[in-house]
Amino acid sequence: MSILLDENTKLIVQGITGRDGSFHAKSMKADGTNVAAGVTPGKGGSEVDGIPVFNSVAEAKKSTGANASVIFVPARFAAAAVKEASDAGIPLIVCITEGVPVLDMAEIYHLIRRRNQVLIGPNCPGLISPGKSKIGIMPASIHKPGKVGVISRSGTLTYELVHALTLAGIGQSTCIGIGGDPIIGTGFIDLLQRFESDPDTDAVVLIGEIGGDAEEQAAAYIAANMKTPVTAFISGRSAPEGKRMGHAGAIISGGQGTAEAKVKAFAGAGVPVADTPSGIPGLLKSRA
Amino acid sequence: MKIHEYQARDLFREYGIPVNDYKLVANAKEAAEAAKNWKQTVVKAQVLVGGRGKAGGVKLADSAAETEEKAAKILGLNIKGCKVEKLLVCDAAPIAREHYLGLVLDRARQGVTIMLTNQGGVDIEELAVSNPDAIHKLTLLPDEPVSDEALNAFMAQAIEAEAQRKQALAALKALYKLFLEKDASLAEINPYAMTPDGNMLALDGKINFDDNALFRHPEIAALRNPEEDSPDEVEAREKNLSFVSMDGDIGCIVNGAGLAMATMDLIQHYGGKPANFLDVGGSSNPQKVADALSIILRNRRVRAILINIFGGITRCDDIANGLLMARKQIDIRVPLVIRLVGTNQEEGKAILKEAGYSAGNDLDEAVKDVITAAGGAA
Repeated sequence: MSILLDENTKLIVQGITGRDGSFHAKSMKADGTNVAAGVTPGKGGSEVDGIPVFNSVAEAKKSTGANASVIFVPARFAAAAVKEASDAGIPLIVCITEGVPVLDMAEIYHLIRRRNQVLIGPNCPGLISPGKSKIGIMPASIHKPGKVGVISRSGTLTYELVHALTLAGIGQSTCIGIGGDPIIGTGFIDLLQRFESDPDTDAVVLIGEIGGDAEEQAAAYIAANMKTPVTAFISGRSAPEGKRMGHAGAIISGGQGTAEAKVKAFAGAGVPVADTPSGIPGLLKSRA
Repeated sequence: MKIHEYQARDLFREYGIPVNDYKLVANAKEAAEAAKNWKQTVVKAQVLVGGRGKAGGVKLADSAAETEEKAAKILGLNIKGCKVEKLLVCDAAPIAREHYLGLVLDRARQGVTIMLTNQGGVDIEELAVSNPDAIHKLTLLPDEPVSDEALNAFMAQAIEAEAQRKQALAALKALYKLFLEKDASLAEINPYAMTPDGNMLALDGKINFDDNALFRHPEIAALRNPEEDSPDEVEAREKNLSFVSMDGDIGCIVNGAGLAMATMDLIQHYGGKPANFLDVGGSSNPQKVADALSIILRNRRVRAILINIFGGITRCDDIANGLLMARKQIDIRVPLVIRLVGTNQEEGKAILKEAGYSAGNDLDEAVKDVITAAGGAA
C-alpha cells in the first residue's frame, strides 16, 4: 500500500500548455501516471502528448472521471486554480506553483478542510508512490518501491535524501513534499497520521527546515502517538537570523524557528536527527 | 519586506488610525525646525533593525536646541550595521497607559492572530517566552467574520474602560483592513498609548509585507528601502534569484532553497565557510546560471564555487548551457566544483564534458572537493 496516491489515481494537469506544465505532464505520463486530462482555459479541444485538453476542471473531470489534479499555473492565478479544482470536487489537489500570496492560501486552506479534500503545497515538488503513480516534478528514476515514507518541507533536498535511501537499497512507500510556504494545505502531522495507519509503511523520514514550529509540533505528535519509527533531518543550521532563505517560510525571527530548537525537540521525542543527508540511511537501518 | 516606522505611520494615517504628530527629517537643523511645533519631542532613528532604543537611537528632548543636539548624535550612529540616515521627530505626548496591539500571520492556525497586552513598550518576542499568558490572542480566519461583540469582549481583557476600548476597536478594525488589503505578514502598534485626556494613539509602528504579494501592490513595493538588503541581494532579486550573502569564501549555486541550505550546512559541517545562499529557482533558464555566477564572482572573498544541482523541474542540460553562456560573458576566475544529478543529467554532463568540465554525482565528495579547492578547511 501507500498513502494518498496509487495505481487508481487519475490525474488532471492544470496549466498543461505552459512550459513546465507540458514538460511535466509528459514526464508523469512516461513515469506511469494515468494522466487523464489537461486544463487550460481557451485551449479546450487540443491535445498535449495525446492528453486531451479541456477549458475547465469541471469539464475534464466529467469527461474522464479524474480524481486528482496538479497545478502548474503562475503564482497570481494559483489560488483561483486550487479553488476551481476544489469546486469541481477533486479530492486530491497538488499545487506545485511557488510564490503564491500567503493570505490567498489562508483563505483556500479552510475551504479545502471544510470540504474534506486534501491540498498538498503550494511551492512543493508533489508526491510519488514509487512504481504506482507520481503527481509532481520529482525525477521518478531516483525512487524505488519499498516501505519507508518520506515527508519534507523542501523539494530538491527531498530528492537528495530519497536518492541516498535508494542507493542504500531502501525503498519508499510514498514521498511527499509538503511545500516551503508559511501556510500549506497539509502539514507533517496529517501525513504522520496517515503513515502510522498504513500497514505497508515501516518507517518514516521527516525532512524539516528552519522557520515556524511545525517540526516541534510534529515531534510532540510523534512522541505521543506513533509506533512507526521516525528519523529526521533539519536544514538551515548555518542560516543567519532575519533573512528569508528562499522559502517564504524559512526564516528565523526573534530567536524562533532555529535548527537547534528543532533538533532538540526531535531528540526529546526519541527521533534521531542525521547530521548530513547521507547519514539518513545509516540511522534508519540502526532503528530497523 | 520591511518598512520604516515613518512609512508605517503614513499607512496608519491613511487607514484612520490616530498617531501622535511626527515629521521625517534628514539632518539636525531640520529636526530643530520640526521641534518648534511641540513642547517636548522624541527623536527616533529610522532603521530597519530592532533594538534601536537600547542602541541609543531613541532620545527625548525638551527644546528645539536639545532636539538638534540629540538628532546630531543619533545621525552619526551605526545600529547593528545600519547607518542612521533618517530621523523621525515626534510630539512626545504625555502617556497615562500603554498597550501592545499587533496582527501577525499565524502559520499554525492559517489565519491572522491578534495580540494584545495590558502593558506597552514591551518586547513582544521576549514576553512570548517569559510570560506568554500576558499576551491575549484571538485568531481571525479570512472567511469567517468575527462580530463586534466578540472583538469587544476580547479587547476587554486588556482595555477595561469603554471609551478607550471603543477607540481601540476602531483601530483594530482599521489595522486588520490594512493587513488584508496590503498583504501584510505583521502589523504592530507598540506602544499603543492612552493620553491623560483619554485619547488612544499609536506611538510606534512596524509593518512587514508578504514578498509574494508585492506584484499586486505597486504602491507598497515602491516603499522598499534599498538598505534592507546588500547591493548583491538587490541585484539578485532583480534577476529573480534568491540570494543571501554570508561571510565565508565558498560560493554556492544550488537549485531549491532546502538543498541550498543543506549544502551550506554541509560546507560548514566539513570545516568550510559558505559565502552565500543562492537558489537558482525551480523553473530552469540558462541565463539565471550566468547571472548567479556573475553575482557570486563579484565578491572578492570567493575562492571556489560549488554548483550543486539535483534536477527536478530544473533540467541539468539547462544548467550546463547556462554555465557555457556564463563562460562567454564573464571571467570565471576561481575553481568550479560541479555536482549534477536528476532530470536530463546525462545530457547535462555530455554538454559539460565537451566543454572540458567534469561533474560528479556525490554531494559529500563535491563539498569536500570545493573546500580543498578554496584552500582547505579552517
